[in-house]
Amino acid sequence: MIRVTLPFHLRNLAKVEAEVSLDVAAPVTLRAVLDALEARFPVLRGTIRDHVTEKRRPFLRFYVCEEDWSHHSPDAPLPEAVVSGKEPLLIIGAIAGG
Amino acid sequence: MSKVRLLVGTRKGAFVLTSDGKRQNWDVNGPHFGGWEIYHLKGSPTDPNRIYASQTSGWFGQIIQRSDDGGKTWNTPGSKPEDLKGADGFPRGESNKFVYDTAPPNGKPLTTHQWYDGTQHNWEFKRVWHLEPSLTDPDTVYAGVEDAALFRTTDGGKSWHELAGLRGHGTGPQWSPGAGGMGLHTILLDPSNPNRIYIAISAAGTFRTDDGGKTWKPINRGLHSLYIPNPNAEVGHCVHRIAMHPSRPDVVFMQKHWDVLRTDNAGEQWNEVSGNLPTDFGFPIDVHAHEPNTIYVVPIKSDSEHYPPDAKLRVYRSRTGGNEWEALTKGLPQKDCYVNVLRDSMCVDQLDPCGIYLGTTGGQVYGSSNGGDSWNAIVRDLPAVLSVEVQTLK
Repeated sequence: MIRVTLPFHLRNLAKVEAEVSLDVAAPVTLRAVLDALEARFPVLRGTIRDHVTEKRRPFLRFYVCEEDWSHHSPDAPLPEAVVSGKEPLLIIGAIAGG
Repeated sequence: MSKVRLLVGTRKGAFVLTSDGKRQNWDVNGPHFGGWEIYHLKGSPTDPNRIYASQTSGWFGQIIQRSDDGGKTWNTPGSKPEDLKGADGFPRGESNKFVYDTAPPNGKPLTTHQWYDGTQHNWEFKRVWHLEPSLTDPDTVYAGVEDAALFRTTDGGKSWHELAGLRGHGTGPQWSPGAGGMGLHTILLDPSNPNRIYIAISAAGTFRTDDGGKTWKPINRGLHSLYIPNPNAEVGHCVHRIAMHPSRPDVVFMQKHWDVLRTDNAGEQWNEVSGNLPTDFGFPIDVHAHEPNTIYVVPIKSDSEHYPPDAKLRVYRSRTGGNEWEALTKGLPQKDCYVNVLRDSMCVDQLDPCGIYLGTTGGQVYGSSNGGDSWNAIVRDLPAVLSVEVQTLK
């Protein structure tokens, strides 16, 4: 199972706890995980990436095993630690500052 | 006995305020969607328990919420199991999908407008500013969005489609954003003619369709705006708000960036009616429920100083359709007041005497149950108020 951690407002929107678990068929990529997340929680469509272009929304980041994957190819295979469920994919909202 | 329900959108959530017909004691319910900007909420005239809300965020984009029980519980349209299903067996999740129509009807470009530097810029969806439910069908709603365009749902908010004739009628490349963005913020539905709709855009002006939204024309003759190169241009005016009384749909009142105006012929010609106002800058304008010639504005000092003149919050009422104005001050702060009242933050109920409500950027919601003669603070410490709508319930 792939573990995904959501920011506060998306948890509330999807009516879930901080972390959700998803079945994702190999190869496990960022795109595949987000596809599975949106299929399971349709309310999240458009909130993490654009409906049409599928580009990441600017104030969100994807962290994987202490690395920023925000600019990685969405089709790059995720690390084994994420595939095995040892580590979560973190979806992080930018701090507002001020 | 009648009841009233106020739908208040704020920078940090939505609030539902209810009272009986006396409008003296209020229950405050909320926040709904805490932490999100709620630009606008509005109920269906034919099914008052059906309420739509525009929930937005710089982080997560646009969400449309719908209540079917008068604001007690909310759902994103299409997210219930019994709702629309996609091919994969899951709901499609398209209630927040606002995609511009890029087809070129009549061969006219639909893809760019004027940017701040004068170059052409692609239309980019940012948020829904205003939701206007149909006068006859609770599943049909119009949405005014930024960048300026008009969308419509006919399935209760599950999916939205642009009425692209507005952007495609020819002047779109001349529209440009003001400092607050290029938003379509007002939608007036003519109760006597389902094919006629007025809309207003900052900073493009006012437009009208007479064929249900297929074709549109600018209706800005008589507007004079010194902040654009040609003060009398066909488009480019920063219209802040328009309002009409349902019994006189050809008479429309306007609060422009500067100037209060009126048309008596459905926008073919506008005339200034600012009269003796202390300043004719402001945002909201509305019409008394039972007196079509009685209108209300909230003067703001200037476009550079968004607070009331003399630090006194005063609603101005004209009983003559403009030109002659009286200040309404009883119960409103008359010193040290530096709040603003935004364009969607004033409304009138249908009771007699007519109730008037306004919300401020300081988080106060004021109400008058006697046509504006006196006011009370319904609540004082909400987040900055973005919009106030009222439902009069049997």
